[in-house]
Order: sequence, then C-alpha cells, then structure tokens
Amino acid sequence: MIQEFKKVWKQYTIGMVWLLGLLWPMLGIHADGTLTFQKTITIWSYILAGSFVCFMIYIMKSGSSFKFIADPVSRAANGVKSASAALPIWVWITVAVVLALIYPQLAGRYGTDVAITVLFYICLGLGLNVVVGLAGMLDLGYIAFYGVGAYTYAILNVTYGLAFWVCLPLSALTACIAGCIVGYPTLRMRGDYLAIVTLGFGEIIRIILNNWMTLTNGPNGILGIKPIGIFWPMFENGFTFEHIWVKKLQFFYYFALGLAIVTAIGVQRLNFSRVGRAWESIREDETAAELMGVNTFIYKLLAYAMGAVFAGMAGAFFAARMKFVSPESFTFLESAMVLCMVVLGGMGSIPGIILGVVALIALPEIFRELESYRMLVFGATMIIMMLFRPAGLIPAKRMGTRSEEKEG
Amino acid sequence: MRLLPWHKPHLLVRPNNLKLRKLNTMEYFIQQLINGLTLGGMYALIALGYTMVYGVIQLINFAHGEFFAAGGYVGAIALAYFAGIGYMDSHPVICLTASFMIAMAYCAYLAVGVEKIAYKPLRKNSRLAALLSALGMSIFLSNGMMLTQGVYDKVYPGELFQGRFDFGMVTISYLQIMIVSLTACLLVGLNLLVFKTKIGMAMRATAQDKTMSALVAIGSNRIISLTFAIGAGLAAAAGIMYGLYYGSVKYDMGFVPGIKAFAAAVLGGIGNITGAMIGGLIIGMVEIFGAGYISGEYKDVFAFIILISVLYFKPNGIMGENIDDTRV
Repeated sequence: MIQEFKKVWKQYTIGMVWLLGLLWPMLGIHADGTLTFQKTITIWSYILAGSFVCFMIYIMKSGSSFKFIADPVSRAANGVKSASAALPIWVWITVAVVLALIYPQLAGRYGTDVAITVLFYICLGLGLNVVVGLAGMLDLGYIAFYGVGAYTYAILNVTYGLAFWVCLPLSALTACIAGCIVGYPTLRMRGDYLAIVTLGFGEIIRIILNNWMTLTNGPNGILGIKPIGIFWPMFENGFTFEHIWVKKLQFFYYFALGLAIVTAIGVQRLNFSRVGRAWESIREDETAAELMGVNTFIYKLLAYAMGAVFAGMAGAFFAARMKFVSPESFTFLESAMVLCMVVLGGMGSIPGIILGVVALIALPEIFRELESYRMLVFGATMIIMMLFRPAGLIPAKRMGTRSEEKEG
Repeated sequence: MRLLPWHKPHLLVRPNNLKLRKLNTMEYFIQQLINGLTLGGMYALIALGYTMVYGVIQLINFAHGEFFAAGGYVGAIALAYFAGIGYMDSHPVICLTASFMIAMAYCAYLAVGVEKIAYKPLRKNSRLAALLSALGMSIFLSNGMMLTQGVYDKVYPGELFQGRFDFGMVTISYLQIMIVSLTACLLVGLNLLVFKTKIGMAMRATAQDKTMSALVAIGSNRIISLTFAIGAGLAAAAGIMYGLYYGSVKYDMGFVPGIKAFAAAVLGGIGNITGAMIGGLIIGMVEIFGAGYISGEYKDVFAFIILISVLYFKPNGIMGENIDDTRV
C-alpha cells in the first residue's frame, strides 16, 4: 500500500507543484512591478480539481473498483456485437448511409455546415491514413496537397474558366505530381527525419502559395471561384437536362458525402489489396519487406501519391464550397489537426478515423464558448492517446506488434 | 521604436531603389556578414538542444522551439518587471543578466517536467509514438503560452543597447556585439562542460551506450534530465536574444526557428555538438545572404532546401560520424 502510494501519489503531487511553478511567472508577474497570486492560484486549483477527478477515476479503474459498471457494459457490448453479427455487415453500412442521406433534412443549416466540414476532414484523415496508418510514414506536410488541389481548381476556374468536373481529376493529378516531387527525395529517409522533411516541404509549398503573386495572388487569396455545376434532369418541357450551379448547402452536402464515401471505399479496397499488404509489410519491418521482394521505394512513393490524390480531390471540393482560397487555410496547424484525428481514432482503422474526426470537429462546435482552448485540447489529446492508448479508440484489426524502430 | 533597419535584417532586402544602389558593395556584404553572425549564433544555441537530446535519446524534440519561445516570453516578463520596479534605469546590466538567468532557469525547469511527462513513459515504445507525443507537446505548449500571454506580439520593454558603431556604411549595434559575445561565451562554456568535466563525460557515455553507462553507475534518467535542462536553457538564452533583436515575441515564434535550428543540427551531423554550432552559423549566414542577394520573400525556404539536400546527399552531416542506415 505504501509502495503504491509512493509510486503514484508522490509523482502526482510533484507534478502539480511543478505546474504551479510553471504557471506563476506567466500569470503573476506584471509589467507595473507588482506580483499577484490570486489568478495563478485560481487557475491552478481548477486544473488541480479536474486532474484529481480524472486521476481518481484512473486509479479506481486500474484497481478494478468499477467492476459493477464495467461488467454490465462489457456484457451489453457483447450483446450488441452478437446482435450486429447476426445481420451481415452491408445492412449496417446501408443503415449508416441512409442516416447520412436524410441528415440534412433533420439538421438545420448550421448542422449541415458542420457536417460538410466533418466530411472534408474525413477525406483528409482517410488520405493521411494511407501514409501514416498503412505505410507507417509520419507526414507533417499533408495539408499542402490539400492546398495544391484547392489552388489548382481555383486557378483553372478563375483564370481559364474550366468547369469543376474537368478540374477535379486535374486537381488530383497536380496533387499527385506534387506528392511525387516531394516524395522522391524524401522517401529514402525513415521515421523522424521524414517527418521533419515533409514538414519543411509543406512549409515551402505554403510559402510559394503566399509569395507567387502572379499565379496565386499571394496572401490575398483567390476570390470568385465558381461552385459545382451539374446537369439536372427536368421534365417540364419534355425530358431535358438543365445546367444548374450547386449553391444550396444541403445540395452540396451530398457531394461531400459522395466524396467521403468514394474515399472510404478507395482506402478500404487499397488496404485489402496486394498494395495494402505491401504497405503494411513496409510499416512492420522495412528490411524484411524488401527481402521478401517488395519494392519498398515504389510502394512508399505510391502511398505518398495516393494520400496526395485524396487530399487533392478534397481540396477541389473545398475550393468549390468556400468560393475562396488563401494560404491561411493550409498551415502546419491544419496538418497537425488532421494527424490528431487519425491518432485519436486509430491509425489504419477507417471507422476509427471517422469517429476521431467527429469527436474533434463536432464536439468543439458543441462547446463553442471554449473555442480558444481547442488547439490546447488537440495537443493534450495526442499526448494522452500516445501514453494510454497508442492504437487509438478503435484499433485497426491488422496492426502488428513489432516494428523495426523498437529495437533501437 | 525598434524598427530601425539594422534590427530587421530581413527588411534590408531591396527595400527601395536607394538601397539597391549599394547592394553590390563590400559594405553591404560585411553588413550582411555581421547580421548573419548574429542570427547564426542564435540558431546555433537552439540547434545544440536538438542535437544533445537526439544524442542521448534518439528523439527529435519537437517542443524545443517552444522552449525557445517560452524563454523569450519569460525574458520579456522579467525585463518588464524590472522596468516596473524601476531597477532598469539604475542597473541595466544587472537586470539583463538576471533576466537571462531567470529565463534559462525557467526553461530548464519546464523541459525537465516535459521530459518526465511526455517522453519518459514512451522510451520503450515505437519511435512514432514518441514523435507524436512530442508534436502534441509542442502544440500544447505554444497554445498554453497563447492562453496565458495573449495572441498578440509582446513587445520587449526598455531601450537597451540602443547605441551603435558606425564604420562608414557598416553599422554594428551594441546589441549585436552583446548577442555575439554572449553566444560565444555560452558555446565555450558548453564545450568545457561536455568535454572537460565528469558530468560531460557521463553525458557522452550515456549517448554512446545507455546500458553500459548504467553498469558503471551513471544514472541515465538523471543525465537525460540534465541534457534537456541544458538544451532548454540555451534555447531560452536564444529566445531572449531574439526578442531583444527583433523587439517582440509571439506565442508561435518557436516554430520556424525551431525547424531552421533542426536543419542546422542535421547539417552539422546530428548528435555532434561542434557540428551543431557550425551548422547554426551556416544556416544563419545562408538565410541572411539568401534574403539579401536572392529573395527576401523566400528566406525561410533556404534553410529547408539545405535540410533536404543534406539529408539526400550527406545524411551524416559535415561533422557526423558514420551512422547506420536505420537512423536515416
């Protein structure tokens, strides 16, 4: 008992005292030469109370004091599992898709707007999942490809007047080319070097977007991008196709949903194909994969390019939705946010990433007044997930336990 | 106040036709050399933290740029406090020294705690987990600073070291002399610490082989904490210098200098202390000369290009020993 006490509570106490020492200089020393303690103590006691509750719950959970809750919950979960296993998986997917289809009718304008953001981030998260989750390469400049896709559509549309559906494959193509250009020199590196180099490349692309005035209009961004145009069947005078612009938010929601579904199916099919297995072998042990005849460089480049393609398509939709692009939308923090979603949900797991995106986009919308704490929570989420649940909320099924870097 | 051109080296870049006249002169070159030396010294101080931490635990400490920013903030707070109680006018040098001490101590304190919370439990896990945790810590710290200190620039108080020497067209401000000499002192001190003392020997031993050094009774946890503390202290010193030099600090200012300093560490050969110093100077020079002679808008790109080309062509860096394939 004493051992236990020393091990846990002593560290906790030291940590809280450390935090007090950390907070006071930032909050208590003022430029007019006065020292105050009121604010520091107040904030610190809030943190103390909050962390104490979390800590108590954690201790009681690891001491199995919550058996009376955990047992019924796990029994209920088992019941749900067996009930869901009774019906084939496609029934559940159909139910989910139907729910997603009728969602804009139930939610208002605001709810639809949030849902569109969620769908964009699902596409980005799934695309990043190909690079980070499947191939195991940490990419911190991912949002740059989103930017490349968005700018491709913006420039082609505003300058040359090309339609959305022409630009969509072109956006994917330019993002893919950008991915290959970035990937070719960097993919020889492993692990942490790759992370920082992709970060550097992401910043280079953003700086170029910011400074190439003649092409991108610099920090002012590009205005007046046309929305998506489609041919809609009309039955008024016979059967004709009418060209209309997708301006209504609810209408656009279906396009975003379609994109998200296409991305999810694409990632799923890639994951369970020969290519996906090659990626996972590279993730688990690159040397062994090479030994077994996997051309690691080509497959890594392919993973990078595929991630960029998904991001580029999402970027084109983003530009069509916002009707405005500027370099401000493609900063490093956005990359970190997408990465945080992937980490929270579970690297390599599609339902996990969808859950992660919903948690990190929809929840901040509910707690709107705590907006300024958002990035703080994101950072803390990443640390806490890595400390307590590195595989994510819904871990991927095919995730190995050994990795090459562990040996070092 | 502090918007004079010699304090803003990046503004020296072709501001108008008047300045363009002297672009190709020797004076301009020497001026840029001095500015580059000042900036490069700061990068070297930050790079040392990266390289030392990488040396002992093989982890890129993403939060290192935030230690730099926190040092800048604490320096600003301390200087403002001294100005507030009226010590600044009577004893400016003592106040400045005290501010440096306070900021360095604060960042060392911060870094030791950060290491214990976010990195130590993950030492046995895969490297990706430690990297993500470090990234989360970086975001957390920079937003913590934003919440406590505000979104806007925090202006450095006082009119310290306003004087300057004029040699024809070349000007050297007292501030630049102070920064360069203090940087040199810190670098020499660190070299003495690492290569001449027992603690330094223990650090080098831990970097080489953790198990073996534990067998000869070197507590590796202590050495790792110490390494973090020293690295963060140097970064904090660089943070105050940066704040004094540019006149203000901001909560997200650690990000870009952090990457540039990392580029410097890689250029010098990661894990190598002398290499980090040289790499920092080179990166500072390249940035200033690139901004001066090629393009001011793309000044941030040069460091990244150096980073990428070093990793591509010579991943061991200019001073690095041969590292095996798995690291790169």
